[in-house]
Amino acid sequence: MTDYDAIVIGAGHNGLIAACYLAKAGHKVLVLEGRELPGGCASNRELAAGVTVSDCAQWLGQFDRDIIKDLKLVEHGLALGEVKRTVALQTDGKHLVFDGNSVSGAELSGEDRDAYRRFTRQMNAFAGLVQKLYRQRPPKLVDSNWRDRWTLIRLGLGLKLLGRENMRDLMRVALINIYDVLNEHFNHAGLKAAVALDAVTGSTMGPRSPNTVFHYLHRKAGDRQGQEGPRQVLGGLGALGESLARAARSQGVTIRLGSPVAAIVKDHDRVAGVALATGEQIASRIVLSSADPTTTFKKLLGYRHMEAGMARRVEHYRTRSGTAKLHLVLSELPAFSGVATAELSQRLIIAPSMDDMEAMLNPIKYGEVGDQQLFDISIASIEDPSLAPAGQHVMTALVHYLPHSPKEGWEAIRSQVVAQLLNQLEAYAPGLKSLVTQVELLTPADIEASYGITGGNWHHGELSIDQALMMRPFPGSTQYQSAVPGLFLCGAGAHPGGGLMGLAGRNAAQEILRQGALS
Amino acid sequence: MSRYDAIVIGAGHNGLTNAAYLAKAGLSVAVMERNPYIGGATVSRELYEGWYYSNCSYVSSLLRPEIARDLELPRHGLQVVPFGGGCTFMRNGDYFGNYSDPGRHYREMARHSRRDATAYDRYKADTSLQTRLIRPFLLKTPPDPTSLKPRDLQDLLEFARSFMALGEDKLLDTIKFWTGSVGDYLNEYFETDVIKAQHAGSGIIGTALGVYSPGTAYVLLHHYMGDVDGNVGSWGFARGGMGAIANSLSKSLQSFGGEIICDADVDEIIVKGGQAKGVALKDGREFYADIVVSNLDPKRTFLDITNPKDLPADVVTKAKNFKIRGSSGKLNIALDGLPVFNGLDPNSRLMAGDLHFSDSLERMERAYDDWKAGTWSKDPYLDMMIPSLTDPTMAPPGKHMMSVFVQYAPPKIDGREWTDEDKAGFEKSVIDQIANYSPNFRDLILHCETRTPREIEAEVGLTEGNIFQGELTFDQLLFNRPFPGYAQYRAPIKGMYLCSSGTHPGGGVMAAPGANAAREILSDLRRPNTVPGGYADD
Amino acid sequence: MTSPDRNLMLLTTPFHRCIADVCELNDWGVWMGYTTPNAYFDVELEYFAIRSTTGVFDLSPINKYRITGPDAEAFLNRMVTRDVSKIGVNRVGYAVWCNDAGEMLDDGTIFRFGQNEFRLCSYQRADEWLAWCALGFDVVIENESDDVAALAVQGPTSCTVLTLLGCTDLNQLKPFGIAHYEFDGVPLAVSRTGFTGDLGYEIWIAPEKAEVFWDRLFEVGKDYLIKPIGSYALNIARIEAGFLQARVDFVPAEEAVRPGRTRTPLELGLAWQVDFAKPLFNGREALLRQKETGCTYRFVLLDVEGNKPAHHSFILKNGKTIGTVTSAAWCPTAKTNLAFAQIQMPHGESTDALVAEIYYQRELHWTKVLAPCKVIDAPLFNPARRRQTPAPPH
Repeated sequence: MTDYDAIVIGAGHNGLIAACYLAKAGHKVLVLEGRELPGGCASNRELAAGVTVSDCAQWLGQFDRDIIKDLKLVEHGLALGEVKRTVALQTDGKHLVFDGNSVSGAELSGEDRDAYRRFTRQMNAFAGLVQKLYRQRPPKLVDSNWRDRWTLIRLGLGLKLLGRENMRDLMRVALINIYDVLNEHFNHAGLKAAVALDAVTGSTMGPRSPNTVFHYLHRKAGDRQGQEGPRQVLGGLGALGESLARAARSQGVTIRLGSPVAAIVKDHDRVAGVALATGEQIASRIVLSSADPTTTFKKLLGYRHMEAGMARRVEHYRTRSGTAKLHLVLSELPAFSGVATAELSQRLIIAPSMDDMEAMLNPIKYGEVGDQQLFDISIASIEDPSLAPAGQHVMTALVHYLPHSPKEGWEAIRSQVVAQLLNQLEAYAPGLKSLVTQVELLTPADIEASYGITGGNWHHGELSIDQALMMRPFPGSTQYQSAVPGLFLCGAGAHPGGGLMGLAGRNAAQEILRQGALS
Repeated sequence: MSRYDAIVIGAGHNGLTNAAYLAKAGLSVAVMERNPYIGGATVSRELYEGWYYSNCSYVSSLLRPEIARDLELPRHGLQVVPFGGGCTFMRNGDYFGNYSDPGRHYREMARHSRRDATAYDRYKADTSLQTRLIRPFLLKTPPDPTSLKPRDLQDLLEFARSFMALGEDKLLDTIKFWTGSVGDYLNEYFETDVIKAQHAGSGIIGTALGVYSPGTAYVLLHHYMGDVDGNVGSWGFARGGMGAIANSLSKSLQSFGGEIICDADVDEIIVKGGQAKGVALKDGREFYADIVVSNLDPKRTFLDITNPKDLPADVVTKAKNFKIRGSSGKLNIALDGLPVFNGLDPNSRLMAGDLHFSDSLERMERAYDDWKAGTWSKDPYLDMMIPSLTDPTMAPPGKHMMSVFVQYAPPKIDGREWTDEDKAGFEKSVIDQIANYSPNFRDLILHCETRTPREIEAEVGLTEGNIFQGELTFDQLLFNRPFPGYAQYRAPIKGMYLCSSGTHPGGGVMAAPGANAAREILSDLRRPNTVPGGYADD
Repeated sequence: MTSPDRNLMLLTTPFHRCIADVCELNDWGVWMGYTTPNAYFDVELEYFAIRSTTGVFDLSPINKYRITGPDAEAFLNRMVTRDVSKIGVNRVGYAVWCNDAGEMLDDGTIFRFGQNEFRLCSYQRADEWLAWCALGFDVVIENESDDVAALAVQGPTSCTVLTLLGCTDLNQLKPFGIAHYEFDGVPLAVSRTGFTGDLGYEIWIAPEKAEVFWDRLFEVGKDYLIKPIGSYALNIARIEAGFLQARVDFVPAEEAVRPGRTRTPLELGLAWQVDFAKPLFNGREALLRQKETGCTYRFVLLDVEGNKPAHHSFILKNGKTIGTVTSAAWCPTAKTNLAFAQIQMPHGESTDALVAEIYYQRELHWTKVLAPCKVIDAPLFNPARRRQTPAPPH
């Protein structure tokens, strides 16, 4: 006898979404979460008295609209802010503002502005095709069934429908780097860097690295099916986690917080449940893991419980990350040179040029900290005053590139790195340092420690072509079904990958229901 | 002035091959060469008395055996001698010897890591699998995936079939290989730095990418897919230097009645009514033909010697965007004797192979960082050979010829042109690198020819000094080479064709682009094909 | 100064001096990087030493891995297809192992010296695969190939000879058993195992004592007509006994380049080695699937008419090629012309009329023979002495 039809490991957004869809289909589902809060990377933390920070992720841009509708998340309390414009800060104060498909800025030529419109139109068309692939299981190529072949046919037709030139262009650029593509389109260095930032976020790639166009399309596909661009969740990203938890409970899902899973348990040749850190064993017909593949297979299942070739694939699965997060509590609203106060609530980014970005990347390849970083900044308390006591503000920034394991060890250099980051921000926002009442740096290693994401990689594994689509996470464990019977993947380590998108959870649940794994 | 059936611009190996096949089909053909000597980048030049410099390309493996045999190159004097093996010197005074004999190779690898030595069988099998996949497509025109023509569809189907035969997991592994970095690929097999470094070299040679850049595993494949006498992946020296290849091709061409005109610097392709009519030279001479084949890289072809008004606008844009990245330089050195390297017996056979000094992927990646920053590598990756240990014609007895290929050297320094001081600095970084491992090296140097991308471009006409006439990245491979829609050797002007390394299957002394282009030309002329197909693989 | 290239010459085994002394033909081959004798004096006479007296084969180059630690048994059990827990202490078991796709990587023998102490002898070098298999297990794997010298002492008089050498009560040792002795102050392990299908033993000893052992062995064995044997003779014996060899009868999966060239144990007649009752082992899922859907190939022993060995022959049925021969030999004791063949399913039933297309050359003249052959269930050579305990006196 089993206690549950399905156990979902992890109450991150993908785990909760998978649980909701399974429960909606009438199954008895238990979600186990090690932390005391639901949401995983979509969670809040009280950074100082009365100051709430979106602890891990920062923006919600790619979250699937259908999931919001299907799970009635708005009724369960989800409220989103406005779509943000992106202000690319320039050293000379002549900033660029990206608003949907248009860009403006003092130093920008008409040619670049037109090129940007053309570029976004083309990328959107490509992203539309990618999106088709994202909303279903990735097709197998050889052992394909009619469903896979139908996906491939639709993809082929979609390619044809792009028109011959676009089709050729997509096949040309899909595997290459954003550096060359942007140089083909634009002249303004800051413009190119601002676009390139979206192509490298959350990775250890620089603009010159092949695969960055794919990475960019991943993000664009997310925006398209999601929220049209970065938004903040009112009440902090934790509110998304909370609303998902409420939605899940309303479907009859049991969520146990503070219950870390210690192991996935096998009975004979299939997965039969989980063991908690407390020693408690819970049986279920299937287990879905929303943890990253390395955690799922190496830590929870254990290499000894799978075949050796699969263990080798897990070992080779790449989970490097060069993204850190900086949290600041400010005594009052800062001033950024050349940015109107009304614009401060927008997304502010610092990315000087693609060549600078590339130079910034170099040190982390060798476990070193460079002296310049890229920033993706949000002052969430402007649009959402509930996040900080009146007058005070909370500012967060995604910071690229910082190494996961610097040679000296993080503790030896942390305060020095924090000072260096503040100095860089000070250059754009004079006086900022004097407003900082509290500062915290979450390095990739910290993110790994707090959220159990191997390598601190928020995509649950590098999102390069060889670890994407039908290769995600690795051959033998694709289509959400791991090579171990009874164990499914429903996290960002499964197709279509990371970012707060929710599709991995939804697709996994749908695939399980379709396969009849629970019937 | 003179009239021919076909004119080929550029007497490099691809131009000569193309011309030879056209001549073999009975066309009257003339090859226009800018320099007073033929060969382009396959040359042997006596730049210092008694020493012959293969001063651009320096080793042979990729030259398609089907072509060498079909054009009777051995009869016309070509002899390719394998050198076998090589060596990577390590900073700690040790070295890794890459022996050609499998048993000795195992024992040397096991000296560094027993685990790596056993992993090598798996590495070799997996890499051979990829090689076998690509080889059948070398002597084929790439199909156009946007086309619905029966021939394109049939070729695409064949392509798909050979991939599907692998089965799901191996097919995915193949995609992984084709899109991954050589560093990540090697990490899946080996644990020892020097063993990874030894194998990674082939992933970056001639390429503006680092060992951790995705796409470099394919470049590795590009260097593995050739063979000497059927030994796939093995390399050799053309006896008498690489010029022997061009010379034998030219003799073959002449045996079919073809002509080569040196000191003929083409200024522009003459086009009338959308039809190529011949070429006009810088010295005012004009030659006429209804077929004009350019062996220049796509940039030079479309931006320098074609009038933009004769071209569709998109082709000009595509040519401008075509990526030719200078990433390498070369030193050719005449030596008074054999240098001695720390830790290695001077009598070791390894000395006759390819020698390297980068003993870790990190050092190679840092060398690439320098290139990205717009300067030559301070700790360069060298692919160094002493051909005179294999080929006695290269230097006087007891003396030696050394060829040092250098990765990386940028096309411009910090955005500006190379200066002579830069060149001296570049030369010093290379000489220092070698001298670090060889105490007597400096004293043996009699003459050193240093070639930065600037010199290679100026003399050979390779844009930015790029040895492949265009980066081997996915946007420029197969049906994308040189650009989508123009990958079947036809230029957008009637009667004008491309046959350079800038077309499929790309660079290296392969002669396949020249041959493939000839096949397409003959098919357009409705003449019987003279170009051989690829050997069926075993 | 010795050239470093010379330092990488073929190795010689600990018995090399002794072997070189008696290798009258000076006919050498290479095995696992060691110089090993192909033949000593006459291949056929060497072969008959195995079947009628005692043949001694230098086994030292075989790959030997010491596997110890609390998870040693669990580790091996996950790696090989059979149930290792059924191998008792001081017992040996034949084993095969596969990749996740169920494709054969290699076969070998597992020696169990203690609860948590094993030796794996493998035909292929396995350092890397063992390291991958060890992930997640508390085991220590040491390559002890160079630390243990080994001889196969095989044939009807082998028990007597080894007993005279001091292996007391060796005749009580059951097949696949291990007995421990002391020789010249060092431990000597004797296992009743071999690659000949006859009564025989393998001895394992420290390399320093190899030469002394050899000399003593041949001294006491002289009256029992002990002879050294080379790899050619051993090959005949192993074919006669029906033993497979990696790289000859199947391609180790991780060395295979061309699609469709790998084989599973089920396709190699080794289904008896695959224990599906075990919860997990490498290749289990794939082999289970194959068990249901059926194999593409089968491995058969063929009794080929006539006396021309069917080396590399095609196997035909109704004029159509349905398989190829991997190993073949005229078996002098069984008086059979035996061949191992891989046959496409569903062919190769015992009722099938098969023909071997054999080519042979005599005086520069090539002849093609279409020799009828029949599928046999088991090797025709399988003497009672191979299984008897106590081992029969010669």
